[in-house]
Amino acid sequence: MNITLAHYLVLGAILFATSVIGIFLNRKNVIVLLMAIELMLLSVNMNFVAFSHYLGDMAGQVFVFFILTVAAAEAAIGLAILVVLFRKVDTINADDLDHLKG
Amino acid sequence: MTFDPSTLFAMFFYGFAGLLVFSALRVITACNPVHAALFLVLAFFCASGLWMLLKAEFLSLALILVYVGAVMVLFLFVVMMLDLDVEHLRRDFKKFLPVAFLMGAVIVLELSIVIIRSFIGTNAPVQPMPEEMMANNTQALGMLIFVDYVYAFEVAGVILLVAIIAAVALTLRNRKDSKSQNIHEQVNVVAADRMRIVKMGSDMAAKQDIRGEKK
Repeated sequence: MNITLAHYLVLGAILFATSVIGIFLNRKNVIVLLMAIELMLLSVNMNFVAFSHYLGDMAGQVFVFFILTVAAAEAAIGLAILVVLFRKVDTINADDLDHLKG
Repeated sequence: MTFDPSTLFAMFFYGFAGLLVFSALRVITACNPVHAALFLVLAFFCASGLWMLLKAEFLSLALILVYVGAVMVLFLFVVMMLDLDVEHLRRDFKKFLPVAFLMGAVIVLELSIVIIRSFIGTNAPVQPMPEEMMANNTQALGMLIFVDYVYAFEVAGVILLVAIIAAVALTLRNRKDSKSQNIHEQVNVVAADRMRIVKMGSDMAAKQDIRGEKK
């Protein structure tokens, strides 16, 4: 029983679909929304590492490294915005955030 | 009872993959954001195990350090800092289920078309890494990052710096109730600001009058 590239790709696809469903299920809860985005990035990284291993090219792993960097920056800024938002309007319900509506 | 390496590999793969999918499902359905964050930690541990199976040791350890050590702790802190009304946030959970599964089905359909047409059943042999990269994953990654991708690496550093400054600048605030020193005022102070000399008569009668008033 050999684990092939397709196994990893299917796993990545399952993770990606799960996180897309999660984004739609938790439309109101911005924190879980951010977590679903992290899961999405993880599934993309999974594909990168699998391709890197099965095609014998290290460049894929370098790309994962950069994605990790950007994901960390994104999480930090997103959570900072969330904290400021909570101070201002006392909620993180995405439906209540309609201040820009004319 | 002995296993050949590929069977062992497959057992670990299915174990980690099953746990990963389970914890991902729990992340998106958990009632409590704290539980969601903890299941996300479990998902990252499983993913790190899977990467270890693919001989990407450095990245799998970096995933644990960066995500479990930093990002998820940040998530937990923020979840605990905010006073969340969980019931209110989950009130429309059921309402979103159909559209969520519709979108999920669309994504699954698209991805499965791509994967089945291109990858399933090809069973291509693993291309070996170049000889100098096989020996040490960390060294090979370091050679690539600091030689071929050095500008991209610098840009990544700048992105992190921007993220630090942005996060601090966003959350910094001047609290009315906190006491702090104003260095400028302290340095520029003159004696007249601090001490007031009051002219008073020095006779005993005046003092006795004051005492008398107090009594």
